[in-house]
Amino acid sequence: MRSRWRWLMAISLAASGAQAQANGWNMPVGVTDVSSDIYGLHMTIFWICVVIGVVVFGAMFYSLFRYRHSKGAKAAHFHEHTSVEVLWTAIPILILVGMAVPATATLKNMYDSSDAELDVMITGQQWRWRYEYLGEDVAFTSNMSTPRTQISGEEARGEHYLLEVDEPLVLPINRKVRFLMTSDDVIHSWWVPDLAVKQDTIPGFINENWVKINEPGIYRGQCAELCGIDHGFMPVVVHAVEEEEFENWLADRKEAAEQEAMGVDREWEMDELVERGESVYQSICSSCHQAEGQGAPPAFPALANNEQLISDVDWHLDKVINGVSGAAMPAFRSTLNPVELAAVVTYSRNAWGNDTGDVVQPSEVAELIAQ
Amino acid sequence: MAPNMPPQPPLQHSTTAVADGQSHGHTAPPKGILRWLLTTNHKEIGSLYLIFSLTMFFIGGIFALVVRAELFQPGLQLVEPEFFNQMTTMHGLIMVFAAVMPAFTGLANWMIPLQIGAPDMALPRLNNFSFWLLPVAFTLLLSTLFMPGGGPNFGWTFYAPLSTTYAPPSTTFFILALHIAGISSILGAINIIATILNMRAPGMRLMDMPLFVWTWLITAFLLIAVMPVLAGVITMMLMDINFGTSFFDAAGGGDPVLFQHLFWFFGHPEVYIMILPAFGIVSAIIPTFARKPLFGYASMVYATAAIALLSFLVWAHHMFVVGLPLVAELFFMYSTMLIAVPTGVKVFNWVTTLFRGSISFESPMLFALAFVVLFTIGGFSGLMLAIAPADFQYHDTYFVVAHFHYVLVPGAIFAIMAGVYYWLPKWTGHYPNERLAQWHFWFSIIGVNLTFFPMHFAGLAGMPRRIPDYALQFADFNLLSSIGAFFFGASQLLFVLVVILCVRGGKKAPAKAWEGAVDLEWTVPSPAPLHTFETPPVFHRTSH
Amino acid sequence: MSSGSYYVPASSRWPVLGSVALGAMMVGTGIKLVYDTGLPLVLIGVAGVIAVMGLWFRDVISESRGGLYDAQMDRSFRWGMGWFIFSEVMFFAAFFGALFYVRMFAIPWLGGEGAKGVSALLWPDFVATWPLLNPPDSSIAGPQQVFSPWQLPLVNTLILITSSITLTVAHEALKVGDRKTCRNWLTGTVLLGCCFIMIQGIEYYEAYAHYGITLEAGIFGATFFILTGFHGVHVIIGTLILATMLVRIIKGHFADENHFGFEASCWYWHFVDVVWVGLFIFVYVL
Ligand code: HEA
Ligand code: HEA
Ligand code: HEC
Ligand code: CUA
Ligand SMILES: [Cu+2]
Repeated sequence: MRSRWRWLMAISLAASGAQAQANGWNMPVGVTDVSSDIYGLHMTIFWICVVIGVVVFGAMFYSLFRYRHSKGAKAAHFHEHTSVEVLWTAIPILILVGMAVPATATLKNMYDSSDAELDVMITGQQWRWRYEYLGEDVAFTSNMSTPRTQISGEEARGEHYLLEVDEPLVLPINRKVRFLMTSDDVIHSWWVPDLAVKQDTIPGFINENWVKINEPGIYRGQCAELCGIDHGFMPVVVHAVEEEEFENWLADRKEAAEQEAMGVDREWEMDELVERGESVYQSICSSCHQAEGQGAPPAFPALANNEQLISDVDWHLDKVINGVSGAAMPAFRSTLNPVELAAVVTYSRNAWGNDTGDVVQPSEVAELIAQ
Repeated sequence: MAPNMPPQPPLQHSTTAVADGQSHGHTAPPKGILRWLLTTNHKEIGSLYLIFSLTMFFIGGIFALVVRAELFQPGLQLVEPEFFNQMTTMHGLIMVFAAVMPAFTGLANWMIPLQIGAPDMALPRLNNFSFWLLPVAFTLLLSTLFMPGGGPNFGWTFYAPLSTTYAPPSTTFFILALHIAGISSILGAINIIATILNMRAPGMRLMDMPLFVWTWLITAFLLIAVMPVLAGVITMMLMDINFGTSFFDAAGGGDPVLFQHLFWFFGHPEVYIMILPAFGIVSAIIPTFARKPLFGYASMVYATAAIALLSFLVWAHHMFVVGLPLVAELFFMYSTMLIAVPTGVKVFNWVTTLFRGSISFESPMLFALAFVVLFTIGGFSGLMLAIAPADFQYHDTYFVVAHFHYVLVPGAIFAIMAGVYYWLPKWTGHYPNERLAQWHFWFSIIGVNLTFFPMHFAGLAGMPRRIPDYALQFADFNLLSSIGAFFFGASQLLFVLVVILCVRGGKKAPAKAWEGAVDLEWTVPSPAPLHTFETPPVFHRTSH
Repeated sequence: MSSGSYYVPASSRWPVLGSVALGAMMVGTGIKLVYDTGLPLVLIGVAGVIAVMGLWFRDVISESRGGLYDAQMDRSFRWGMGWFIFSEVMFFAAFFGALFYVRMFAIPWLGGEGAKGVSALLWPDFVATWPLLNPPDSSIAGPQQVFSPWQLPLVNTLILITSSITLTVAHEALKVGDRKTCRNWLTGTVLLGCCFIMIQGIEYYEAYAHYGITLEAGIFGATFFILTGFHGVHVIIGTLILATMLVRIIKGHFADENHFGFEASCWYWHFVDVVWVGLFIFVYVL
């Protein structure tokens, strides 16, 4: 069965698409078996519709030209014909069954995430992705890296405008990777066309999906579910690499994570923290509280010249670590590490005219989190 | 197949119409604005609905133009993303709830009593109430744009929790506005059902009714079945927002996906609510201008009913990527594909009606023919979306936007315009200016395809919907769409011109304005006097 | 269908006033909920809606009694009322659907069973049970305990079922023109309705005061209150309608054969009763 429809797909693939696809007019064939199956389904159904369309519209336009009143056509008076009506009910049903069979096979395959060799947890957040390699102690967030100046047009737009990130998801090729997908706030949808993975991330629930990538490369996609202001600025970039390269990369990340963990125990200078904090702030917080801390009331409060923030360190720490439940402000206790948390708080307390002079040490934050 | 004749009575009926004011029991109607506020006349209420709908079509269209203007080029030029989201949302909401639905209700009000030989709607005061709820509802809805924090910005599908925990404060008003609109729809639908079931001229059986009446009967049933579910789900939102419940919050044991199930249980039948009456209009126009009875009247009726029943079983095809269990995914894929069968029957019947007819191409016919072709194209893309594995690539891209605009704009909107051109002589006593109407048609058909055809490619190439800015490879498609949108929008000014001219004058139309027209409405004078059929006409079927 | 002429009601100002009143009520409610002010507008709106309904029905009653309505008008009312009740059925169906969905799918998934059981990774301490006393997130306090169906809820079930019977007796009596019997049984029905409302009130008090069943108590509280709450509102409305019918009976309205106002009230009451039976089974017992 399977081989037969693959054959059908091969034809339609050849007949059509290659050209259109190269021009970016059509769905990509992609780099996984699933994606090319889907592409085949897409083209098969497309051609079936074209054929039906040609027949139906052909008959219609023939009648329109042939039986014109202006050319003296006299109307017939028939108005029903049982066997014809039965026929054109039955034939579409058969065509549909023909479509449903390969579609069912593909879908079953897509739902089978068993026997994965690597688990990656993907968490949507307004408006970035967090990736966690389960069991490997490696986790990071991935933010859009296109500068706002390009968006506003002050600067020329780059080749990968809106589809570039600071830290791509790195995956090995030829290995079945299972995704566990969830969200911290609203529903997002993680989508990379070349991998044919599009899956909503539902807060409080986990969806599964998987890929087995056949070719190394950089694959780009976007968040596909409206998730608020920056829905359009939430790209996904996957870097698919050879097995060995992946292992090396993973080892490097682990080491870096350990280094960072050690940073918690040492005493940090204000300047160091402010510098680090600024980058954390700009990549994570500024999408809501804006680049200059001015916020966007009433949705997002200002942090600059925020009376309460200036006067109360503990309150400030609590908001950032634990978030505000029932509001858009996320809890950052598990998504940022103590160094980053201390840094961003120190930065906020000393930027945009909030000149409190306070320094919050990573060790203090670690203690707060431990409680 | 069926023993019944299509409704094409050589009609003898006792009365046509009683001229305005002479009839018994009618006190002179109040003057001025009060007349319109208090009217219980189905024709006046029908006109009110149609005027309201046209106004809202323009407002919704202007919102679409804001969207298209922003998308004209990559980058953020005109509006902030926040406002962009509000525009997308309001465009969808206004077009669906305030333009298309009221337009069909308006046509129903005008035409159903005329087509079944009734003096008015069954419950005329309720009718007035249904209409006047609409301006209240949509004034409130539009006013949310001016509230602190802005209006609804979460799409016309308002998925929780973006529309609950993360929503602007105005959401509560949005919910209440939708409640009012919902009440209006339900009451309107009840009235239409009661009219059709109870007010038919003596001798007119159900299977004698014109298809517009049939499709509306079934549409009204859909409305009564699903609008309350919408009311239920928005009530749950209201509770989550204001009273701390956790219907859509996993922390308390709820589920955001529950929202989607309830919404689409309403939402999918809703899209057929926006197309079934269109089928009815087209089924009246094509036989008229082909001068040949509709082919397969009975199977048209059964197909409509089948579409309506199936529509309750397909809702989760909008949710193929939310993570449904495999069995659910398969079930909804199969049931959705099945809808192509009865819809196909309709298309084949229209084409066969044309076959060996004697066809002329007046403006109503042009729009109806364009409907058949372009709706079918939209149906084909719908079928592609129904293939669940492929929908993983299509979902939430411009391919979906292309699909539904093909079924809605050259679908629902073209059918409405076809209906307006078809019945204007009956309403005003004058033919619309045919030359202008033809211009309007050709501009519209170019505009609509220029706007929405490239969206297929943008979507397949990977452009998500509801984004204010896009990657550079989508630029060409968007450029075309935006040009098309302004072109299409501007052409609609012609439509308004034709309608205004027609109201004010034009070639006089006889009672039977179109040579091939057969239904009961063509037996009353043009313009139809305020009160018609005060004594029931007698409906005669031709015996076979 | 009758020959002769159709009856077409005259125009009326109640509909348009009604829509303005409803609008005022909604706007007021919105302002109250969002900005916590504007109570007067809510009250004006509610009063307006009630007044308009009263006046509108008064007109209908007087036209009906004036003999203006024919059999066809009567059938229109019947279709209208029947489909209205169907719309109410669908309204409740949404809430029942929500209840079934969370019980059969969402909660088991969160607890680690079924097709989406992986979700339990996010809620390691959560145990799926129904009634849900411990919601997944510990910051949400669930109910301490839930009602036994076999106490007040059972009493209420019996009350409503009885009331449906008494109403039928009243109706039968009206059909044969026995107005006194009708009046007595109808009075009984109204009283039973009042009892139901009182008991439901007591139960709500208990829920908040002693059981910890509140709107905020996770999905159990949410579904419990939305179902019983909307049902309760319907009982109150039904009771008011029946009380109106009682007044009309006392005033000598309604013919033996032609009394659709009364009949429609009966339909409505039976519908409310059936919903309760569903509630009793799915909210309390199972
Ligand atoms: C008038 C409105 C209307 C109509 C009539 C339809 C008709 C159909 N729609 Fe569409 N749809 C919408 C309005 C409509 N839709 C809207 C508004 C959305 C988006 C909502 C949102 O997310 O905002 C949507 C989205 C939508 C989706 C979800 C896509 C996604 O978000 O991922 C799907 C998926 O299955 C779908 C399928 C279909 C199908 C199968 C039909 C069928 O009814 C079509 C049947 C018709 C034909 C098939 C053509 C004629 C038939 C023949 C000539 C017979 C022979 C044919 C064959 C055997 C192939 N629609
Ligand atoms: C019946 C319903 C209907 C109709 C008729 C239309 C009509 C149009 N729609 Fe659509 N649309 C929807 C229903 C409809 N739409 C829905 C449900 C959505 C989804 C919303 C969501 O995602 O939540 C949507 C979304 C949607 C999008 C996607 C937005 C996004 O994802 O961010 C776009 C983008 O181009 C669009 C464009 C248009 C255009 C250009 C028209 C045109 O046909 C409009 C033409 C009309 C006018 C332009 C107005 C009349 C003319 C004038 C006012 C004269 C002045 C004008 C000039 C001089 C130029 N619509
Ligand atoms: C998704 C949007 C979002 C992001 C990202 C975000 N915040 Fe917030 N933040 C909010 C919202 C909304 C509030 C207001 C919550 C409330 O209702 O009290 C808030 C409140 C705060 C407050 C309390 C201010 C006050 O006046 O209530 C502080 C401090 C704060 N955020 C700091 C941060 C920091 C630091 C970061 C980044 C590490 C950050 N936020 C990221 C949305 C966000
Ligand atoms: Cu995240 Cu859209
Ligand atoms: Cu649908």
